[in-house]
Amino acid sequence: MDNLLSYIDPLLDGAWVTLQLTLYSTVLGGVVAFMAGIGKLSENRATRWLSICFIEFFRGTSLLVQLFWLYFALPILGQAIGVDLRMPPLLAGTIALGLNIGAYGAEVVRGAIQAVPDNQYEAAKALDFTPKQTMWRIVLPQAIPEMMPSFGNLAIQNLKDTALVSLISLGDMTFRAEQLRNYTQDSTTIYTLLLFMYFGMALVLSAIMKILERYASRWRTRKI
Amino acid sequence: MLFGIEWDTANNWVFAWSILPILLKGLVVTIQATLVGFLVALILGLVLAALKGARLRIISWPAYFITEFIRDTPLLVQLFFLYYVLPEYGIILPAFMTGALALGLQYSAYTSEVYRAGLESIPHGQTEASRVLDFTPLHTFMFIILPQAIPRIIPALGNYLVSIMKDVPVLSVIAILEILNVARIIGDRTFNYLIPLSMVGIIYLLLTLLASAGIRYLDKRLPKEGIPLK
Repeated sequence: MDNLLSYIDPLLDGAWVTLQLTLYSTVLGGVVAFMAGIGKLSENRATRWLSICFIEFFRGTSLLVQLFWLYFALPILGQAIGVDLRMPPLLAGTIALGLNIGAYGAEVVRGAIQAVPDNQYEAAKALDFTPKQTMWRIVLPQAIPEMMPSFGNLAIQNLKDTALVSLISLGDMTFRAEQLRNYTQDSTTIYTLLLFMYFGMALVLSAIMKILERYASRWRTRKI
Repeated sequence: MLFGIEWDTANNWVFAWSILPILLKGLVVTIQATLVGFLVALILGLVLAALKGARLRIISWPAYFITEFIRDTPLLVQLFFLYYVLPEYGIILPAFMTGALALGLQYSAYTSEVYRAGLESIPHGQTEASRVLDFTPLHTFMFIILPQAIPRIIPALGNYLVSIMKDVPVLSVIAILEILNVARIIGDRTFNYLIPLSMVGIIYLLLTLLASAGIRYLDKRLPKEGIPLK
């Protein structure tokens, strides 16, 4: 039992890093998802192709490959062109996780926007809304509630993916657990505790996403 | 030198060309791990789906909890758990099998849901009609429900096969020489990470594009009315 208590402190230190990383990368992922998702439906061919390439690239390659590339390969590319592209692990982790989850989120955004019935666009045009107004005031308020359940799943996915940053020596929960194991060799207790800590964080995160989902669903249709 | 193959650092193109055969050796391991992991996921998923479908709550509830728990915890941590904890209880597996088991375990939570959704998507009228025609429950399941569920299940399983392939690099932490680990070793020894890691990215991109095209083809070709098992 004493052991268990001595494990809690380092693991909580790590949990704080995991939490920060989850928060930053989920927010970045959300912004990227809307940019790429709306971009894929753009009338402008360049925007559309850029979005498609971005989505295909980040969905098509492994997250760990992306993370290693950003952390190990990009500085070398920077050296070759004379720019310092070395990043602290937290930044590299946030960017890799955010862009990766953003690419998955982009497909959710695109799907939800396309699911808005055509007559909504026609009505908006008939009422002389500009394309920008149509998107912000007609389409997104109807599409966002549809996206929320998938966003919830992606947020959990993102939380789980943060464990990979321990491999670029960022001191998250998994990294701390690995250190503790090296020190004490008490694998069973440490990893069981770690699994339940991730499970607990996932339950809290999914509760938060449920609250956001309920909040967003109020925009769906106002009864007149 | 790796796997007995030398690399040539004369210039970037020569270097890239000389390490390609080494990376392809890593790719073979990646594909092996993907397939074994997928097989484990298919079988464990079936077990979980069957348990979740049990009428007794004392059986089905733990199965739901296990599914949720597996799905909410990272593959990396599950892998460490299996790799370090199993030997303490006398279960010593080769690293490759531990890795494949971890992949299979993580994805069994997803495949079990695919099976369940596939079976539940068959209209209830089908079961009722079979009962009217006096088919036994086993006969109904094997020859009425399952043949119609399979075309709906296969494309979803295919997507998870691709996901498993993208998760194989995680196994590099237990010293499995899959493609990313091979690229990192080359990087460590030549101080050039850019080329090997970029090549791994390109190879992955080609593989997943190929695989998604394959799944789309399969989805189109599978008869929607069902596959006769007899």
